[in-house]
Amino acid sequence: MDIWNIMEYAAWALAAVFGLIIVTDWLRTDNSYSEEVLMSSREGELEAMTEEHKI
Amino acid sequence: MSDFDITSKEIDGMAPHGTKVGLLRVLGPAHVWALGVGIVLVGEYMGWNFAVGKGGAFAALIACWFAGLLYTCVAMIDSEVTSTVAAAGGQYTQAKHIVGPLMAFNVGLYLVFAYTMLEAANAITVGFLIDTVAVMSGHEGLDQRPFIVLAIMFLAWLNYRGVLATLTFSLVITAIAFSAIIILFLATSPVFGGDVLRHEALMTDLPYGWLGVLAAMHFGLWYYLGIEGTTQAAEEVRSPARALPFGTLAGIMTLLIAATLTWYVCVGLMPWEYLGQAGVPLFDAARMSGSTGLMVLLGIGTLFATLASANGCINDASRAWFAMGRDHYLPSWFGAVHPVYRTPYRSIIFLVPIALIFALGAPLDQVITFSILSGLLEYTFMPINVILFRRKWPLHAIKRGYEHPFHPIPAIVLLSLCGVAYFAVFLGYGTQLVAMIAFYITVSLWFHFWRYRFVRRAAQFTMPWPRPQGY
Repeated sequence: MDIWNIMEYAAWALAAVFGLIIVTDWLRTDNSYSEEVLMSSREGELEAMTEEHKI
Repeated sequence: MSDFDITSKEIDGMAPHGTKVGLLRVLGPAHVWALGVGIVLVGEYMGWNFAVGKGGAFAALIACWFAGLLYTCVAMIDSEVTSTVAAAGGQYTQAKHIVGPLMAFNVGLYLVFAYTMLEAANAITVGFLIDTVAVMSGHEGLDQRPFIVLAIMFLAWLNYRGVLATLTFSLVITAIAFSAIIILFLATSPVFGGDVLRHEALMTDLPYGWLGVLAAMHFGLWYYLGIEGTTQAAEEVRSPARALPFGTLAGIMTLLIAATLTWYVCVGLMPWEYLGQAGVPLFDAARMSGSTGLMVLLGIGTLFATLASANGCINDASRAWFAMGRDHYLPSWFGAVHPVYRTPYRSIIFLVPIALIFALGAPLDQVITFSILSGLLEYTFMPINVILFRRKWPLHAIKRGYEHPFHPIPAIVLLSLCGVAYFAVFLGYGTQLVAMIAFYITVSLWFHFWRYRFVRRAAQFTMPWPRPQGY
């Protein structure tokens, strides 16, 4: 087993770690906040408050 | 339900339509530049050179400049419309406001497919590059899959954690990759004492005549494909009216310089027959310059350009998917924003397995062709979009961050060049072109007869715009 074989295993392991971090946080977030809060984003909210879009 | 009051510090929590968690406005013009150039620059490192194979060195230069004209029109039109429609989703959101729901649905899909396929192609390229390094160090038979998966998972994690870190990472690696091209040009240029370029000996006439020039147009798109992705940052820039036009137009200028320098150096070092089928032409050019330092620099530049492209693609595809979910064009579940990282986290997660399937299971040329064709359909929509935009909301009716000059000439030029590019693509990939159009017609029927009933027609328009003229 040379350095490249070790790097192959390391890459698999790192990819799994990143995947695990994402999935864990995803589940924790979905369980911690209501859908109403998570999906409350509306386009143009900032513009609605700061710009009139008129000349 | 968390006790953490996420509405206590941010302006979004007080918004009139009830946004409690929205995307974070933290980006500046440099991030917009990095997003646009980062997605594209990989096309300078590989891919553009197939234009040389189609029609010779001069054909590739003609394609480079005509495609440059096409994308300059794209950049100008995008800068005007997006500095006004400053919302995630980019061209999808523009289509929704300006043309109509069916066009918006199609444009949204063009965006998601173009970027997800490009992300998969970039991940395949990362695997290929690492394999190349392994072979150069004497190791044969490297398994590329773990590196492909790692590239996608790492960049997905970065995108998940926040847009500022994601695009700052893109900014750094894109700047290095662009600098590498400049350094290669300076090191080989006779102006600075280099004597390796052999243009007089290597340049030939058009080997396949003007038909070759036309065929080269297909791969000429690679020099700039993706610059329109800057629009996806619209909801996350601090000042859309300033940052989007500035970043986008600076981006297309950067790419015009990088494309021309790349062509100049490569055709001066390699005969067109070889260059036309090279896998990594800029890296090969560095090897042929005889400098180990340049070889290492361009090798790093190739890897960084590939990673920056994949990174930008994840960012853009997820914003388009998120915006479609938020408007109920797709299941609204995708319209969620992470309350801490302020990213469209469900859209990012959903697109990961799709990118992995294409990266691990589809051939590179098919993946890239699907990406290019989706992009081309998107460019065809833009001239129609801007003409309708100017007609419905004339210059005096609505404030713009940027007004593109000579309207409607850029729109007409763009539409004409898209027609040429379709013909060029048809010459090489006619079956894929027809298959893809059939696919989009099928999903359009699905949207029209089924999905549209779930769209909340009034709720999707929350921008404080005046009524369009004539309505």
